Amino acid sequence: MRRGWYALLVLPFVGTLTPPIYNHVHPMLFGMPFFYWYQLAWVLVTAALLGLFVFVTREHHDV
Amino acid sequence: MSSAAAVLSIAVLGVTAMGFAAARWGGANLSQLEEWALGGRSFGTVVSWFLLGGDLYTAYTFIAVPALVYGVGALGFFAVPYATIAYPIALVVLSRFWVVARRRGYVTTADFVRDRYGDRTLEVAVALTGVVAAMPYIALQLVGMRTVFAQFSTLGAAGALPALTIAFVLLGAYTYASGLRAPALIAFVKDTLIYVTVIAAIVVIPAKLGGWQHVFSSAESALARRPHPSSILLAPGQYFTYATMAFGSALSLFIYPHSITSVLAARSREVIRRNAALLPIYSLLLGLLALLGYCAIAAQISAKDASNVVPLLFARFFPNWFTGVADAAIVIGALVPAAIMCIGAANLFASNVFREFSPERSSVETLVAKLLTLAIAAFALLVVFFVPVPFAIDFQLLGGALMLQIFPAFVLGLWTRWFHPKALFAGWACGLSASCAMAVAAGFNANFTIHAFGGSLTGFIALYSLLINLFVSALLTVVLRAARLSEGLDRTSAVDYA
Repeated sequence: MRRGWYALLVLPFVGTLTPPIYNHVHPMLFGMPFFYWYQLAWVLVTAALLGLFVFVTREHHDV
Repeated sequence: MSSAAAVLSIAVLGVTAMGFAAARWGGANLSQLEEWALGGRSFGTVVSWFLLGGDLYTAYTFIAVPALVYGVGALGFFAVPYATIAYPIALVVLSRFWVVARRRGYVTTADFVRDRYGDRTLEVAVALTGVVAAMPYIALQLVGMRTVFAQFSTLGAAGALPALTIAFVLLGAYTYASGLRAPALIAFVKDTLIYVTVIAAIVVIPAKLGGWQHVFSSAESALARRPHPSSILLAPGQYFTYATMAFGSALSLFIYPHSITSVLAARSREVIRRNAALLPIYSLLLGLLALLGYCAIAAQISAKDASNVVPLLFARFFPNWFTGVADAAIVIGALVPAAIMCIGAANLFASNVFREFSPERSSVETLVAKLLTLAIAAFALLVVFFVPVPFAIDFQLLGGALMLQIFPAFVLGLWTRWFHPKALFAGWACGLSASCAMAVAAGFNANFTIHAFGGSLTGFIALYSLLINLFVSALLTVVLRAARLSEGLDRTSAVDYA
């Protein structure tokens, strides 16, 4: 069960190492091409995924 | 003296004072290596966040990445996926390494390799790789500082050398005196200055240039008109290059000696895990800084050396005193990682290369590490004096290719003892030779083109040579095991990793 959470850590690789899926100008956000804001968005998504992973796999004897 | 130069000078002197004062932080006995080099392994989540952020986001981030985007367009943005996927890797690898390092008292990756494989040759190979790979990274920090100092001199880059020398002598002195506590304390100033500068730049500069849409459209047309045209999007032939550069760089980031040094300074495994989730905030800054490369194009800043575009951009759009703040951010932003890189490389020398001369965890060993820190800083300064660095980032990327060759012995070694130490050494040697050969063949470019089956594939040298390394290591392991050659003694046991 615990091991299942490791899937969270795989998602950023799938999202960011596949340029053909995001190498586009549209849709734009604040005048920024998709290529740029999509990858910047993954920074935040990755932080959230890691935060969730750290929370669900924490050990109580750790400080 | 301009107000920018005054602000910069005050900032550099201020952090120098902090660097010396850091020796009193925690009242530790700095003749012990773990105190001098690792801050007594005492840093909590907040201190570690500033320290690791200050350590990992270097002149590479502020100078080289925007310069690359300015120079080659979309391909330069690979630093963003790189700085994203580095964290899931760090979370898994470093939390495991932290545990075994704490339990067994390691200061370096080579300490672990020695304990795990009982093989002196492999230990020295791993240690020397770290030292060699750290050199171009330290040189890159100096290049970053030089771009700032050069603005204040009518002589350009040559006129920057006195200021560069002074800044680096001061760095050597306080690092010698205070060890890791100096950059850890200065990191608070550095990171604050960087956040202030980047937020100001992102609010002010695109607005003055008519908004992001205009920045991107003028960058697109300017890039297309260049002698070597590029674009704000990748060409399909660049997909593989882009992904391999991001992935290869991410794999090597956390095995650099300076990353390991900061990680081992953490108080607990949980501090490392939390920071893996908190540090990506800096990657957002890195991404926004990268886009300043396009702002420089849109602002029609022309620089003979692309490394100068960010300081030139700041000088164009900020009032003079705030340019001083931004310049201080770049200079201090380079000093902090440079200090940690010197410490990390010196630890490898003292603990793993000169072991016969400096008994483990003695005050002699600490003294050797302190003296080597000075020697490494001086050497890096000489490199920058005598070696021209047109595209500083290529050197750093090649350093990454060398660094990655310890991946099988170090990272895979954290999970498995299947590989034979002699096979790992042979794999390391092959990976290293392949990296150098490909770099020479590609004209010291970080990417190499493989022609096969009627097509061609251009990818990051580091990953190609890692594959060669893994193949040789695995093949020879099978052979040496069949020949029943001694596998060396593993002093660690399963409980050390739990």
